[in-house]
Amino acid sequence: MSQAVSRFVNDGDVVAIEGFTAFICFAAGHEIIRQKKQELTLVRMTPDLIYDQMVAAGVAKKMIFSYLGNPGVGSLYAIRRAVEKGIPRPLELEEYSHFGMVARYLAGASNLPFFPLRSYTGSDMLAANPLIQFVQSPYGDGEIAVVPPLKPDVAFLHAQRADAQGNTQLWGLLGMQKEVAFAAKKVVIVVEEVVEEAVIRRDPNRTLIPGLIVDAVVHEPFGAHPSYVQGYYDRDNAFYLDWGEQSKTAESTDAWLQEWVYGVPDRAAYLQKLGQERLASLNPGEMWSGEVNYGRYA
Amino acid sequence: MTQPTEYTPSELMIVNAARALKGKRVVFVGVGLPNIACNLARRSHSPEMELVYESGVFGAHPARLPLSIGDPTLVSDATAVTSIADLFMLYLQGGLIEVALLGGAQIDRYGNLNTTVVGDYAQPKTRLPGSGGACEIAINAREIFMIMRLNRRAFVEKLDFRTSPGHLDGGNARQKLGMPGLGPQVVITDRALFTFDNPEREMMLTEVATGETAESIQSHIAWPLRISPDLRQMTPPTPTELAIIRQELDPAGLYR
Repeated sequence: MSQAVSRFVNDGDVVAIEGFTAFICFAAGHEIIRQKKQELTLVRMTPDLIYDQMVAAGVAKKMIFSYLGNPGVGSLYAIRRAVEKGIPRPLELEEYSHFGMVARYLAGASNLPFFPLRSYTGSDMLAANPLIQFVQSPYGDGEIAVVPPLKPDVAFLHAQRADAQGNTQLWGLLGMQKEVAFAAKKVVIVVEEVVEEAVIRRDPNRTLIPGLIVDAVVHEPFGAHPSYVQGYYDRDNAFYLDWGEQSKTAESTDAWLQEWVYGVPDRAAYLQKLGQERLASLNPGEMWSGEVNYGRYA
Repeated sequence: MTQPTEYTPSELMIVNAARALKGKRVVFVGVGLPNIACNLARRSHSPEMELVYESGVFGAHPARLPLSIGDPTLVSDATAVTSIADLFMLYLQGGLIEVALLGGAQIDRYGNLNTTVVGDYAQPKTRLPGSGGACEIAINAREIFMIMRLNRRAFVEKLDFRTSPGHLDGGNARQKLGMPGLGPQVVITDRALFTFDNPEREMMLTEVATGETAESIQSHIAWPLRISPDLRQMTPPTPTELAIIRQELDPAGLYR
C-alpha cells in the first residue's frame, strides 16, 4: 500500500476511495494521511469516516460528494468543522445527489460529454452547483438535467478477491465500484485475497473490474475496517458509534489520528493494535451461494 | 406474555407509517424511522412487500434490524442486488417505485424538504448531510410518504434550502415541470397525521394523537395550519405491533 500511494497519488490529485457503506478502503486513506499528501480533491458519494479522518488530517482542499453523514449514527464532525469554521483548513464543496454522482461516473467511464437524469427539477441544488445544467431534449419531450463526466486521477477500490493481473471479483453491495474503475485514470485494487486466475475464470459473471484497467493490486486483509466486506467481516459498528464522540473536537480527532494512523507504520500494525478478539467479533458466519453450470462447450 | 398497552409517541408514528403502507408492493426505504416502519409493515400486514434500498438492494429480507441502508444483512437473503446506477436508472427512473419514505430537517406546507443546510448555503450555521438520493426519489417515486417528528424547528414557514421538491409552490406545479411522481401524500408524525388532499396540495391536519387538539398541533407549526373538517384520532398501536417493534425490530429501544 505504501508503494501504491507513493507511486499513484500526487499532491493536487482528484482521488476517489469509493464503496457504498461496504468496501471502504480505510487502509488507503490512512496511508495517504501518513504520506502527508496535499491539496487533494476527494471524491466519494458518501464521505463517511474515511474522508472525515482525511479532512481532519488536512490532506484535502475540496470534496465532491452527495451524502455527508456518519451512516446510521449522525454527523461527520471533522468535515463540519472544516466547512463551518475552516478547521484545520477551509474545504470547498461540490455537491450532487446520489444519482447525479453516479451519472458523473457513468459519463466519465463511457466517454460521454454529459449524462442525462430525471432529477434536480425544483431543487436549490441547481443554484448551489452551476455544473448541474438542463438541456432541451432534441426529441421534443422537454428539458432534462445533465451532469458532466468525472474522471478521478486515481481510484482505490476494495473487493473480496482479484488475481495478480487485477481481474477483480466483488459481491454484495456493488455500489459504484465498476463505474469508478472505468472512469478513473489509474486504478488501485485492494483485496482480501489474491487468487489464481483459474478461480476468476470459473465464475466470469462475478468479475466486475477487468485487469485491463487496473494499475496495481494490493493484498490487504481487513483493509476496509471499520467498514465491511460481504462474507468476510461485518461493519465494526462500535467504531462508527465511538467516532461520533471521538471526532467531536479537533483535539480529540487529532489524538486519534496520532494513535491509530501516524502511530502505526502500516495496516498490519493497525490490525495488531486492534487485536484478534475485536476482529473475530466481526465474523459474519456463513451463507454460501449455490453453484451454476456454465457448460464446458469443448 | 403480558400485552403492552402503553406506547411512546415514536411507536405511534412508526405503527401509523407501517399501516399507511398497507397494499403497497414496491417501497423505497430510507435510514432510521422509515427503515423500522417498512420492516414492521412487512412483518405484520404486508409480507409480500418488496423493500428497495438506494444501496442497490431489491427485495431485502433482513435477519436483523439494519444499522444503515448499506448494512450487509440487507444483501444476504435478498431477491436481487444491483449496482447503484441500475437502482436509480432502471428501478427508480424506470417508474417501478410505488412509495418512497422520506424525512428531513425542515419541511414546509407544500411538503418540500431541506436536508442540506441550516442558515446560508455558503456560510452554513449547521451543515446537514445533503440530498443523498432524496432529490431524485422525491421527483420519480409515484408517491412520497414523510415520517418526521413534529416540532417548530422542523415545520417551518420557509425552508433555508430546498433539497427535494414536494408540491413546490402548490397546486399543479409538479405537473407543469413534468415530474413523473405525484409527490407528497401524507406526513406521519409522533403527534399528528397530515395529508395533501386539497387542490392547493397544502399540508392539512387530518388525525391527532390521543390528548392532542388542533390548537396543540398548531403550536408546533410555523404557518397557519389548514385543518380537515373531518378531524379524526390516530389509531393507537396494537399489542401485536408493539411486540414486533420491541422484541424483533428494535430490542435495544433506539427508536423508542
